[in-house]
Amino acid sequence: MKPQKILRSAWEGLMLNKVRSFLTTLGVIIGVASVIVMLAVSAGTEAAIAEQINALGANLIIVSPARGTPGAARTLLIDDAYAIAEQVVGITGISAEQAPVAQVVKANNLTLENIAVIGVTADFPDVRDYAVASGRFFDSAEDDRKAKVAVLGAGIAADFFGADDPVGQTITVGSTKLTILGVMEAKGMVADVDYDGRIYLPINLVFQKYVTTSSIGGDRVRTIYVKSESQDKIPSIIAQITALLAERHDVEASKPDFTVQTQQDIIATQEATTAAFRDLLAWVAGVSLLVGGIGIMNIMLVSVTERTREIGLRQALGARPADVLMQFLLEAIILSLAGGLAGVALGVGGAYLFGALGTMQTAIVPESIPLAFGAAAIVGIFFGYYPATQAAKLDPIVALRHE
Amino acid sequence: MPPLIEIRNMKKVYGEEEAAVYALAGVDVQVERGEFVAIMGPSGSGKSTLMNILGCLDRPSSGEYILDGRDVSQLSKNELAEVRNQKLGFIFQSFNLLPRLSALANVMLPMLYNPVEDISDAEAEARATASLEAVGLGARLHHRPNQLSGGQQQRVAIARALVNRPPLILADEPTGNLDSKASVEIMDILHKLHREGVTIVMVTHEPDIAAHAGRTICVRDGKIVQSGKCAEAR
Repeated sequence: MKPQKILRSAWEGLMLNKVRSFLTTLGVIIGVASVIVMLAVSAGTEAAIAEQINALGANLIIVSPARGTPGAARTLLIDDAYAIAEQVVGITGISAEQAPVAQVVKANNLTLENIAVIGVTADFPDVRDYAVASGRFFDSAEDDRKAKVAVLGAGIAADFFGADDPVGQTITVGSTKLTILGVMEAKGMVADVDYDGRIYLPINLVFQKYVTTSSIGGDRVRTIYVKSESQDKIPSIIAQITALLAERHDVEASKPDFTVQTQQDIIATQEATTAAFRDLLAWVAGVSLLVGGIGIMNIMLVSVTERTREIGLRQALGARPADVLMQFLLEAIILSLAGGLAGVALGVGGAYLFGALGTMQTAIVPESIPLAFGAAAIVGIFFGYYPATQAAKLDPIVALRHE
Repeated sequence: MPPLIEIRNMKKVYGEEEAAVYALAGVDVQVERGEFVAIMGPSGSGKSTLMNILGCLDRPSSGEYILDGRDVSQLSKNELAEVRNQKLGFIFQSFNLLPRLSALANVMLPMLYNPVEDISDAEAEARATASLEAVGLGARLHHRPNQLSGGQQQRVAIARALVNRPPLILADEPTGNLDSKASVEIMDILHKLHREGVTIVMVTHEPDIAAHAGRTICVRDGKIVQSGKCAEAR
């Protein structure tokens, strides 16, 4: 019997019961579609996180106190930041940052509570790739002499002054009256931080006026951002910073009380988290594909029983065991491939739709399509084989007498 | 020319040693080309076993079965399938048509499994049409079995049995599910085929149907007995 003839009779067998064939493929359709959608969702999440971290600024090295170190509260100081700026080779600037508690802010006859204030150094706009939209940022001389100046995030500026230009106006942060030097460009939410909703002050002013808890001292910084001249200088800069701070803190470089990370490190950490999440989703999707395969096996076994007489007749007319095997195996394979195709269409469409609706960020993983489709084909062969051998094994005499 | 069927000392045993049951206990049958033979016998006589072996659906435990010059008694399953396709045409009591296929598609089925000849679709359709026309169903090609009368369904089955031009037709109670008028129609067709030179072996338990055949073989207790005892057996 020629292959295309077996294929045709398998196809005809399926078409005799269209509704059942469709319902049988549904399991595979859902399995394949969910593999593609789940991988697209986790790839989309990863891309979103990487994008946010990159938006912190290019070629950044991030120095922060090590978590859980005894006495860590005093480990990273503003002088460490100055030392890095002076001694480390290959950097274009540093930005030390410290955030006091949220403040009550008054300006333009308005009072707003709970406003985030952050003390930064003068290189902040350059290091963090965050430009001033109007006016100017404070310089390091103003920082050093604790000048009473402020630069507003775009959202804060709009809240207090609407469309008017606030440059030159005054603003009262806590109990200190400050002159507004500039307004930052709109940046939005990056890695859960609302850059537009903050007020940027000279860090030394923050130490003097807002970090009043004497026990931790007014010279502690939360983070030092260091900007490298280029990507390839980053390893050398990390080594220099590690050596410098270890010496300054009098700790061994192998057991530092600080961490030096790059954006890539942070992205990698995030990816490790999302990879676990992605693997879990892929397993869930894989299980649904397996269940779909069992559905195919189930229906094929029912079909073999139902068509026992037909099988007996085909054998009497000259069908060899291999012909019967192939017919039923091909029926199962056609079902799962059709389910695979429909599942790919549904999965790609669904992932695209989720992305377009903004429900979640999705990025279709190209490899997931042959992966899911191939898995469907394997499921068809694997779960179709047993019912097909049952059909091929039938004794024609018994099969013909079957009611 | 040698006989079409030659069976020598054929036995079929079920079970082993003391529990052994002989369904056929040493049978000799000879059927010449062009003969129309009826096989009769009570139920349990072994006539179904004989028919299954004649139809290459089963193998004898011992003995020879020479069909059209070839010993087919110990062939493999695949070889038996080929013999069934090429040498035999089956007519069943319950027609055994595939219900969702048209008369034409049912008759085309044996050509699907033809291992010798690769028959094109057009050729298969032409042969099936000719076969259906030969049994008087040229106007019913595209009817489904449930749109046909019992007699017409059996004629479709005869057309299917003839389509690969086998030398032997095996009919198992061909009129068992038919009323007397339809039975006459079917027997007329079998007579016509016989006149055209087709060899027919028919199992029946109705003496008036057996009377259509040129010769009657009686099976009783797994053995061939004198034909006179057939009536007695009923």
